[in-house]
This record gives sequence, structure tokens and C-alpha cells, in this order.
Amino acid sequence: MTAATTVKTTSVEEANRRKLKQALVAYSFIAPNFIGFAIFTLGPIILAMIMAFMEWDGSNPWKFVGIQNFVTIFSDDRFLASLKNTVIYSIFTVPLTLMIALGLAILLNQKIKGRNFFRTVTFFPYVASLVAVAAVWNMLFTPAKGGVINQLLLNLFHIPALKWAASPKTVLMTIIMFSIWKNMGYYMVIYLAGLQNINTELYEAAGLDGANVWQKFKYVTVPQLKPTTFFVIIMLTINCFKVYDIVYMLAGGSNGVINKSAIVLVYYIYEEAFRNWNLGIASAGSLVLFAIVLAITIIQFSGEKNYAND
Amino acid sequence: MKSKSTNETIGKTLVYTVLIVFAAIMLIPFIWMITASLKFNKDIFVIPYQWFGYEPQWRNYLDIWTKIPLLTFTKNTVKLTLIVTFFQLLTSSFAAYAFAKLRFRGRDFLFLAYVATIAIPWQSYMVPQFLFMRRLGLADTHLSIIILQAFTAFGVFMMRQFYEGIPDSLCEAARIDGMSEYQIYLSIMLPLSKPALSTLTIFTFVNTWNDFLGPLIYLTSESKKTLQIGLKMFISQYSAEYGLIMAASCISLIPVVIVFLMLQKYFVAGIASSGVKG
Repeated sequence: MTAATTVKTTSVEEANRRKLKQALVAYSFIAPNFIGFAIFTLGPIILAMIMAFMEWDGSNPWKFVGIQNFVTIFSDDRFLASLKNTVIYSIFTVPLTLMIALGLAILLNQKIKGRNFFRTVTFFPYVASLVAVAAVWNMLFTPAKGGVINQLLLNLFHIPALKWAASPKTVLMTIIMFSIWKNMGYYMVIYLAGLQNINTELYEAAGLDGANVWQKFKYVTVPQLKPTTFFVIIMLTINCFKVYDIVYMLAGGSNGVINKSAIVLVYYIYEEAFRNWNLGIASAGSLVLFAIVLAITIIQFSGEKNYAND
Repeated sequence: MKSKSTNETIGKTLVYTVLIVFAAIMLIPFIWMITASLKFNKDIFVIPYQWFGYEPQWRNYLDIWTKIPLLTFTKNTVKLTLIVTFFQLLTSSFAAYAFAKLRFRGRDFLFLAYVATIAIPWQSYMVPQFLFMRRLGLADTHLSIIILQAFTAFGVFMMRQFYEGIPDSLCEAARIDGMSEYQIYLSIMLPLSKPALSTLTIFTFVNTWNDFLGPLIYLTSESKKTLQIGLKMFISQYSAEYGLIMAASCISLIPVVIVFLMLQKYFVAGIASSGVKG
């Protein structure tokens, strides 16, 4: 009886010790990444939330000001303009990029000659450095009458010279076009991966039922790609709200200052923080950005849940 | 029967036309970049544009090295990119192994914390992060950029999704054979995860090489600046030196092109199997 209890306790102890050892091994795997991540990502995220309610210029002591920073930014013309421009930019960029990426992915998922060449070419602008390709764009889309694109439009469609990024009327359009051109390839590859996961038997079955190309697209491809599309929409929208460098390259003057016709949310944060040292104001702007992205993510997740319940 | 094959021919022609037009839109800026990099400034905006049949000005490719400290910028960028990519692959695959193949308390909670931060844009906490780094004396150091890029949640997430697809029985068998978890990671998991590692390499390499906002905020002294910042500086200073700007731009693209072409065969497979697409 006593012997049996001892055996039992030792085996329990043994099991516990094994569990502990296992856990320690697991933590040792995670630690290198997690320590860096916790200190330099989680910490600043928490700090950002505190700073949004403080007044601070970077050197004098902090001062708690409640929601004053939010009152200030929501009555600041530049902040409101940045919010408006970011939303307009997203509204056009998200659906256009998505449609073109999906269309190209479908074409490039077929057995055609030179498929790899076309895939590489489409993906290439995404990996190319932004500063370099933006420099090319600025030269191609120069507001001058003799610009390559202006000449092309005049010769092909008799459209008079446009001012592109130099005019408040067309600057956002130019940025949107560039953004689609630059990033489309990434989403094309994601759709391509999604298409390759679709069971080909579904298409065969649809073919036997007499479905044409359009019907196959509508009743097989689109529903099967739904999870991919959710992912693409959320990534695209978040990336649109994070936009900064594209605007800086195309619309920033030689000193990098962006005026009200093209200012975006992240530029506003950057300017308030690193040019004006209004750190509380910048953090309040950051929190607005965070809230928007969070809202988009929550909508996405509840959408996905609905889809799963279908 | 005949009409079907005609239809098919028309369909194929249409597909190719669309693809060729798209390929042209994607490629022409790059071809323009290369041709312009070999021209005198005065010849670049001549109408109609000369795509070929002109005397190439290789001088542009020599002059840029003396006009700006391009060599320093390139060295800095190569150094940062290699270090960041190495640490990113190492720490991400290491952590991902535990999340995918080991059982321990708090695993799901920790993983959720990782995934949640993927959706938080860096731009929304870049300000406190900078102040924190400045406090640690890391402002204007290369270490700050390495820290900034080397521990991303995205890398862990991607690698973990890939490892989930590798059967657990493989690890079990190795454990019975007496292998430690570290050995299993090193000799079984790593060799199997080439597609995922290649995909992560492309993403990390490209992101670090092309990063603009990070170095813009952190690096202030010229000797520490990266290629992107240097290039932008050059463009602002010599905005009329079109040929030189294009030559410097071409040079800044070369490493990314090499890495991309080397690893791209794994690329679609890597994305498909690691579930980056969700």
C-alpha cells in the first residue's frame, strides 16, 4: 500500500518534472524572438496609448491633459485633410488593386507559354525600391507638356497635358495609380496561391453540368477564393491606411513637406512628432490610426465568422 | 467542332494581348530607367524618346560614386539587410517551432498576442519606440534599425503556419529515436522548410533593403545612412541630373533583383503552403 503510493507520487512527480522540462525547452525556443518583440514592440504600443493623453515636447516633464490632444487634432485642418485623403486613397486603391490582381492571377494560373515570365514581371515592381521607381514615375509623369506620358495621351487620345502630382486636382489620382502599379503583384501572388488550393474536380463537375467560363468563375472560383479575398481586403486596407512613403516620394517637395491636397495620416503623425515635437498630439493621431485599423480588423473577423456559418 | 477551336484561338489571343499589355505597363518604367541612365541629361526629354540607337554614356555609372557617398550608403545597406535577414529567419523559425510542435502552458495566449500585433501598424507606435531607443542611446546607430526589423510577429506567424503543415508523427518518431528538440528543429524542420524560409527571406530582404521611414527617423549622420535615404537626398540635391539619378536608381535595384530571381521558384509554393493568404 505504502509502496504503491510512493510509486504513484514518484510517477506524478516524474510527469510534472517532464512537463516542466518540456515547457522550459519550449520557452527557450520562443525567448530570442519574444524578448526583442516584447521590449521593442509591445512596450512602445502600450506607451503610445499613454502618451496620447499627455502633453510632451520630448524634454520637459510630461503633463496629463485628458482628451485635450484629441480635441486639438479634430479641430486641426491638416489632420482632417489627412484623414480625408487617406480615406479617399483607400476607397479607390483597395477595390482597383483587388480586381486587377484577381484578374491577372486567373490568367496566370492557366497553362500558357511564358507564364513564369509574366508572373515575374508582374511581381517585380513590388520588390523594386520605392525611391528608384518613384524617381522614374516623377520623370515619366512630369507636368511638362513634353513629358513621356503627356505626349502619349496627346497622341493617342488627344488629351491635353495633365499636371499629375503637381496639381491638387490630380495628385491623389497619380498616387493611387502608382500605388496600384507598385503593389498589385504582391496580391496577385496571394491570389495565385489561393487559386492553386482550389480542387480541380470542382471545375470538372461544373463543366459536366454545362457551366460556361463565366458561370465557373461565379459559382466555383469566387466562393472558393472567399478566405483569400478576406485576407487580401484586410491587408490592402491596412496597408492603405499606413501609406506614407509613396506620398512622400511623389508629392513631397524637395524639403519633403506635403501640402494639404495630399497629406496623409502617417505623414501628419511624422510631422507632429519629428518636426514639431508635439509628441502628445502625434500619439493622439497614432491612436486614431490604430483605432481605424482595429475597426477594420474586427469587421473582417466578424465577416469571416459569418462566412464560416454559411 | 471547328467553331470551338476558333473560339479557343480567339480566347488565347485575347489572353496573350491582355498579358502583353500588362507586362509592358509593368516593364516600360524599368526599361526607361535603364535607357535614361545611359544618356546625357539633355537627351532624356527629347521627343520622340529614343529607346535605342544612341551612344550609351557609361560615364554616368562612374560619376555617381563621386557625386554622393554611394559606396558608404551601399555598404551600410548591405550590412543591415544581411544582419536583419539572418536574425529574422533564425528567431522566427526558432519560435515558430515551439508554437507549432511543442505543448506548454500559455502557448495559445502568447501566439494570439503575436498575431494581434501583426494588425497594429508600426506607424502607430513608431514615435514612442523612437523615444525609447533614444533613451537607450540607440538613436543614430545601425543597431536601432536591426532591432526595429529583426523581431517581427509576421515572421513567426508565417513560419508557424508552415510548420503546422508538417506531420507531427515526424517529430514523434525522432523523439523516440532519442533526438532532442533542438536536434529535431535543426536536422528535420529546417531542411523541410525551404519554401517558407525562401519566402520569408524575400520579404525581409526586400523590406529592409527598401525601408525608408525607419532609417529616415533613426539615422541622422551621413556616414550611417542607407541607400534609400542617400538616393532620396541625391534626388533632392541634384534634381536636374536625370541621367545620374537613373544610374543610381538602377544600382540600388540590382541586389533585390538577384535575391528575387534566385529564390522566386520557391515563392508561390511558399505562400501557398505557409498560409500567408489566410
